Amino acid sequence: MGQITLQKVSKKFGNAEVIPPLDLTIEDGEFTVFVGPSGCGKSTLLRLIAGLEDITSGSILIDGTDATDQPPAKRGLAMVFQSYALYPHMTVRKNIAFPMRMAGIDQAEQDRRIEQAAAALNLTDYLDRRPGQLSGGQRQRVAIGRAIVREPSAFLFDEPLSNLDAALRVGMRLEIGELHKRLRTTMIYVTHDQVEAMTMADKIVVLRAGVIEQVGTPLELYRTPRNTFVAGFIGSPKMNLLEGEEASRHDAHTVGIRPEHIDVAEEGGLWSGRVGVAEHLGSDTFFHVHETGLAETITVRAPGEVNFRHGDRITLSPRLEQLHRFDRDGARIA
Amino acid sequence: MATQHSRSAARLMMAPAVILLLGWMLVPLTMTLYFSFKKYLPLRGGDLGWAGFDNYVRFVTSSAFWPSVQATLVIVGGVLLITVALGIVLALLLDQPMWGQGVVRILVIAPFFVMPTVSALVWKNMFMDPVNGLFAHLWAFFGAQPIEWLSQASLASIILIVSWQWLPFATLILLTAIQSLDSEQLEASEMDGAPPLSRFMWIILPHLARAITIVVLIQTIFLLSIFAEIFVTTGGAFGSRTLTYLIYQRVLESLNVGLGSAGGIYAVILANIIAIFLMRIVGKNLDA
Repeated sequence: MGQITLQKVSKKFGNAEVIPPLDLTIEDGEFTVFVGPSGCGKSTLLRLIAGLEDITSGSILIDGTDATDQPPAKRGLAMVFQSYALYPHMTVRKNIAFPMRMAGIDQAEQDRRIEQAAAALNLTDYLDRRPGQLSGGQRQRVAIGRAIVREPSAFLFDEPLSNLDAALRVGMRLEIGELHKRLRTTMIYVTHDQVEAMTMADKIVVLRAGVIEQVGTPLELYRTPRNTFVAGFIGSPKMNLLEGEEASRHDAHTVGIRPEHIDVAEEGGLWSGRVGVAEHLGSDTFFHVHETGLAETITVRAPGEVNFRHGDRITLSPRLEQLHRFDRDGARIA
Repeated sequence: MATQHSRSAARLMMAPAVILLLGWMLVPLTMTLYFSFKKYLPLRGGDLGWAGFDNYVRFVTSSAFWPSVQATLVIVGGVLLITVALGIVLALLLDQPMWGQGVVRILVIAPFFVMPTVSALVWKNMFMDPVNGLFAHLWAFFGAQPIEWLSQASLASIILIVSWQWLPFATLILLTAIQSLDSEQLEASEMDGAPPLSRFMWIILPHLARAITIVVLIQTIFLLSIFAEIFVTTGGAFGSRTLTYLIYQRVLESLNVGLGSAGGIYAVILANIIAIFLMRIVGKNLDA
C-alpha cells in the first residue's frame, strides 16, 4: 500500500513562500513524476513528503493516516538521493543492511533480502566493496538497493540520474521503470528533465514556482497542455508559440504548434522562411527557420532524409488540426 | 613532472629546504649522541673523556626513570582522551546553528593562543591555590575541605591544565570535519530509521575517524615534550616528573650533560615506539 495525499500543504522559508497551499493525491502503485524548471519547488515538495522538512500548514496522509507530524523513519518511505548518500566507510553489503539493522530485523532475513536485492540489481559481485570503489551507475544501484530492502510503501527519488552520463542515464531509466513494473510500489520521482518524465511516468505533475500547473498522463500533457508553460515545457524540441497576427487569425492570443506538426517543402506551404541551423540526427532533422515574420525562430522537425542547407529558403505547412490555442493569460482555449 | 629535465629541476629547487631541514635535525641529534657517550660535567672538570655506555646504564637504572616514563604516558594518554572526547562534544554543539556563532567560535579557540607558561601560572594561582584559588572557594562553599591540587593530585592537575590548552585545537579540527559531512548522508540515515545516537555512532563518528587520527598524532608529538606546565606548577615534584623533565634535571640541575644526553636518546626511542604504535593503530585511517 502506498497512497499519499497532500491536503492544503504549504511551505515557507522565513517569509518566502516556496509552496503555496496545494492539493495532490498519488494513488497506490502509481509512478508519479514531479517535473519543472530548477527552483520550482519540486525537490522541496518531495522532502516535505519524506518528512525531511516540516510543512508550514496543511496535512500529509499516507494510506489514509495522518503522517504530518511523524518523523521520516516512521512514514515507511524510502528515498534515493541525488548524491546517492551512500555511507562511504561501509561496504555495499553494510550499506544495504543499514536500514534493516536499524529496524532490528534478524540476521537471516537481512541476508536473504540483501541477496535478493543484489541479484535484482546486478550487485552480487560488489557486495564487499566500498562505495568509493564503484562506478556512478553501481552506486546508484546500491542506493536503490538500500531503498528496496526496507520494503517501503513508497519510493522517493530526488533527481537520481542527474549525476550519470547520458548513456548510463538511459540505461538506469529503463531499470527503474522495470523495477516499478516488478514491485508495483508507489514511486515519486523528481526531475527537471522532461524526457525522463515522459518516458517513465504514469502521472506527471508539472510545477512552476511551487504551483501545480497541470497533472496528467504523459500523453494528456502532450496533447492538451493546459497553458503555455506546460505547452513549452513538455515536448522536445519545444513547441513553437506564436503571438500577434497569426494568433488572432485563430481567435487566440497565442497559438502553439509542435515542431513535429509542421511539414517542410521547397514551395507551396503556408509560411516561408530561411533555414538557420539544421541539426541532422540521422533519424530526424531539426531545422531552425528564421525570417518567417511570425517569430524569431520556428523549429521544425522533418524526416532524416530531408536535406535543406543553411540559408535555403523553404516553406512550412502547419497541420492546423494540431494547433493549440491559448488566451491572454496563457490558458488553453478548448 | 613528466620529463627528466623537469624532475631534476624540481630536485634542485627542493634541495635548499631539504638540506636546511636535515641540518636542523641532524646537528642537534648528532651532538646529543656525541655527548651521551662522554663523561661531561661542566663546573666539575668539564670533558672527562669517553664513558662508553655508562650514561645509558645509569639513566635507566636510576629509580626515577620508570616512574618518569609512566608519568609521561599517563599525561599524554589522559590529555588525548579528554581533548578528543570533549572536542567531539564541543564540535557537535558548535556545529548547531545558534545566535552569536562567530564570537563563540573565537572564544572557544582562545585558550590555544595563551602561552603555556602563562596558562599554567593562571591555573596554579587563580584556580588551584588551596587558600585563594577559585576551586578552594568552591569547595569551601559546599563545606568541603579544599583539595591541594598540585600536591595531592599533581598528575590530574597537569592533565587538566594541558587539556584546557589543547581542547581548542581538537575542537577546531573536529568541527571542520563535522562541517564537511554530506548532509544528505545524515538525511539518508534519518530516512533509514536511525535515531540520533545511532546516527552519531554509525555516520558521524566514522566520518570523524580521519580527523581524530590527525588530532591524536599531532597532539602526541607536542604532548610528549610538555615542559613549561610542569616547570611552573609542581617543578617535577609529587610524581609529576616526565621523561622530558627528568632530562632537564639531569642536565641543568645535576649539571651532567652526558647523562642527560643519554636520556635524550631514550626519549627519542620512546617517541619512535609510540609513533610506530600510533601509525599502526590509526594510520590505516589515513589511507582510505
